Amino acid sequence: MPILTTEDTAERLAHLQEIIEDLLKEARRRGASDAEASVGSSAGLDVSVRLGEVETVEHTRDNGLTVTVYFGHRKGSASTTDLSLGAVRDAVGAACAIAEHTQEDPCAHLAAAGLMVERIPDLDLYHPWAIGVEEAIALAVDCEEAGRAYDGRIVNSEGASLSTHSGIQVAGNTHGFIGGYPTTRHSLNCALIAQDGDAMQRDYWWTSARCAADLDPAARVGERAAERTVSRLGARRLGTCEAPVLFRAEVATGLVRSLVSAILGGSLYRRSSFLLDHLGEPIFPAFVRIHEEPLLPRGLASAPFDGDGVATSAKDLVAEGVLQTYLLDTYSGCRLGMSTTGNAGGVRNLRVEMGEQDRAAMLRELGTGLMVTELMGHGVNLVTGDYSRGAAGFWVEKGEIQYPVEEITIAGNLKEMFAGLAAVGNDCDFPGSTRTGSWLIERMTIAGE
Amino acid sequence: MNDPLAIARDRILAPAGLVEQDLDRLLGRLASAAVDAADIYFQSSRLQSWMLEDGILKDGSFSIEQGAGLRAISGEKTGFAYSDELQLPALEQAAEAARAIARGGQEARAKVGHALSERTLYEPSNPIRSLADEEKVALLHRVDAEARGADARVCEVIASLIAVQDTVLVIADDGTLAADVRPLVRLNVSVIAEENGRREQGSSGGGARADLGYFLVEDRALSFAREAVRLALTNLEAGEAPAGTMPVVLGPGWPGVLLHEAVGHGLEGDFNRKGSSAFSGRLGERVAAPGVTVVDDGTLPGRRGSLNMDDEGTITQNTVLIEDGVLRGYMQDKLNARLTGAAPTGNGRRESYAHLPMPRMTNTYMLAGRHDPAEIIASVERGLYAVNFGGGQVDITSGKFVFSASEAYLIERGKIGRPVKGATLIGNGPDVLKRVSMIGSDLRLDEGVGTCGKEGQSVPVGVGQPTLRVDSLTVGGTSQ
Repeated sequence: MPILTTEDTAERLAHLQEIIEDLLKEARRRGASDAEASVGSSAGLDVSVRLGEVETVEHTRDNGLTVTVYFGHRKGSASTTDLSLGAVRDAVGAACAIAEHTQEDPCAHLAAAGLMVERIPDLDLYHPWAIGVEEAIALAVDCEEAGRAYDGRIVNSEGASLSTHSGIQVAGNTHGFIGGYPTTRHSLNCALIAQDGDAMQRDYWWTSARCAADLDPAARVGERAAERTVSRLGARRLGTCEAPVLFRAEVATGLVRSLVSAILGGSLYRRSSFLLDHLGEPIFPAFVRIHEEPLLPRGLASAPFDGDGVATSAKDLVAEGVLQTYLLDTYSGCRLGMSTTGNAGGVRNLRVEMGEQDRAAMLRELGTGLMVTELMGHGVNLVTGDYSRGAAGFWVEKGEIQYPVEEITIAGNLKEMFAGLAAVGNDCDFPGSTRTGSWLIERMTIAGE
Repeated sequence: MNDPLAIARDRILAPAGLVEQDLDRLLGRLASAAVDAADIYFQSSRLQSWMLEDGILKDGSFSIEQGAGLRAISGEKTGFAYSDELQLPALEQAAEAARAIARGGQEARAKVGHALSERTLYEPSNPIRSLADEEKVALLHRVDAEARGADARVCEVIASLIAVQDTVLVIADDGTLAADVRPLVRLNVSVIAEENGRREQGSSGGGARADLGYFLVEDRALSFAREAVRLALTNLEAGEAPAGTMPVVLGPGWPGVLLHEAVGHGLEGDFNRKGSSAFSGRLGERVAAPGVTVVDDGTLPGRRGSLNMDDEGTITQNTVLIEDGVLRGYMQDKLNARLTGAAPTGNGRRESYAHLPMPRMTNTYMLAGRHDPAEIIASVERGLYAVNFGGGQVDITSGKFVFSASEAYLIERGKIGRPVKGATLIGNGPDVLKRVSMIGSDLRLDEGVGTCGKEGQSVPVGVGQPTLRVDSLTVGGTSQ
């Protein structure tokens, strides 16, 4: 099962568009006043190696279609993995059957016709990687080998894996909107195990990009995984205390995700967000700016239109510390008496404006406290903002790393943590659709021995 | 028609025009001289869901998923391909891709075996059709009314109902021919209560491998509504949780998520074959206090984590993991069992045909001890009594695990005191069960809500335990 090439992409795109067009007709034929649908089709290759040997070679091929029908303000949905004409029409029938039982909801409707994306910009998201199985294995082996050779204390490995996927998404609705585009995504990751005495530690690193040429070199990924793994050896616990906490860049993204969840329309109209009624209010210190860039070329989360077919556009979520917008789709916008912000399906590429300080300067600013490099568990309560998670990282004194720490928790309240953000570093050094440096939070409770 | 194999043939093979000889041919194509094991997993899944919010039945969905996953194994190498088309040419193409893992072998001659004796932990019925759609809608309205009527402070109620019928058919070159028709139902209630500008959430629910009638028995659905309200109201009263290491009493039932995270994952066969678990190579060693016996039991009738057979066609069993504090066994799928000279334990599970099987838990629980739960609480001078939890997570290599309390109380001088906010508890898997000093006589299993994630694959599981006293566990609150 080869990866899609540019030639058959156009053909596949046309085929998926036909499926959507037929489905929308079928919905109307069954009496639906409106309908919308999206279909995705992707193919890929995942290989994993461990201790220099192949472990798995997986050929993936996924299809999925979702349809929603509206009978006035009643709706029903259905999905299928079978894209044959009969199965798709059956799905429309199933959605219509559901809609016989749902009740009138004044906000259940398509987005306004005038908001539909008119021209789909080329966001440079499609770069198929003509890599064969053997070559993929070789690259994963190089990655793992570089990691294993990095330090004698790397005694074992969970392996390295390479994955390359290409797919096409097409969406349409009865406003006459129909649009689609192909995307690719490639990644390489490595997880290693280090041992010192009886204690074992595991850590990992990865690289991910729309275009294979943008991936970090395989050896660098392995070395970085090794460096992180070895640095955890000899971890101790801490005594229970209060201290400033530096969230290293790759875990600071979790705080950004909590912010996003709290300003999603669904959390707001359900009154289940600690940022309810905070639009236009300062939630961070004045230096903080968080920006969404959905049209970023080659962006890992870029998309020209949202899940409602509405054109996406760049905007500030936070400027000068003040919450500038909620993240709304058509439904939640209607529920809140506001307009959609083109965020059906979430946010797409966030950038936290970075400060002047590099990692060393951020550690100096932390002074004596905790630098967190890993968080565990789901201890974030979005209704109240209460935050309590398992953590691992390093104890820092006078700006210098002293020793690794583990089996501790950090706790606080997100509202206070956001207000207590003292600095954002310029040390963004990981792949992902959220770009941020490390975050220094003035004070949190650390529970340990 | 009550025979799972007949149902699977009728539902999966017949519509695709696949006959017995096609299966033999496919398996032969997948297997070769250089292939140690080959199998094909056919699946057809139907899911219906309903969601009620703001007092109106707002949304519903029906989904159909079907396909086949083909796997060829050579030594430690696995080749895998899947197809959502079940016609022969698509499956043959997938077989070619999967078997490329073992080069040079001739096509083998394979014959699908005879069905094993069937076991019935649940009926092969279709829960989606077990109630009329009107009755499902009415049930959710009753749940909504019950929650809203329970207390005036309740301001939001979301109730959802899900019914799944999953039909699977496994054939393998070791002669396996087995099918299972798996019902799964789930009801969930989530409420927000508001008082003086403070808002708190409470949620409850349950499920089983059964028909939807399960929720009508003993007023079950309505009791979930009352429980969600009780939790939200309790949280309205909750103060800061303590921070630090202290004795923790865990309530019975769902707090068994402790076992799932602290020891369960670390005892899965793949991690132990690779030596990446903190429990690797420790069979026969003491890993828990005397009196602690933990099992993984896939054979409990109707439970969410139960299976008549696992996803490799192995009959599930009750596997003793820890016996009286001593590590006795790991959970195995066929691959890891073969590579380590162990026997499969019926723990080879996969999220779907599009995923590779691996060792996974079913229902993991600790057997009852002899202490009266009241006596356990009375034994604690100052500590935490945690009775409800959200999810957990474990780093199986370092052994560190967390699980987050969603309902907890202080214990002061042997008495249950004020409620405290949710807090994450953290510990070390190989140590924590050594600190269990009292085991209650009140073993309970959870209500059937667990979903376990591993390497991106989700499967339904169960947990359970009696009331436990853990002498020291770190509680991640904010008050020192």
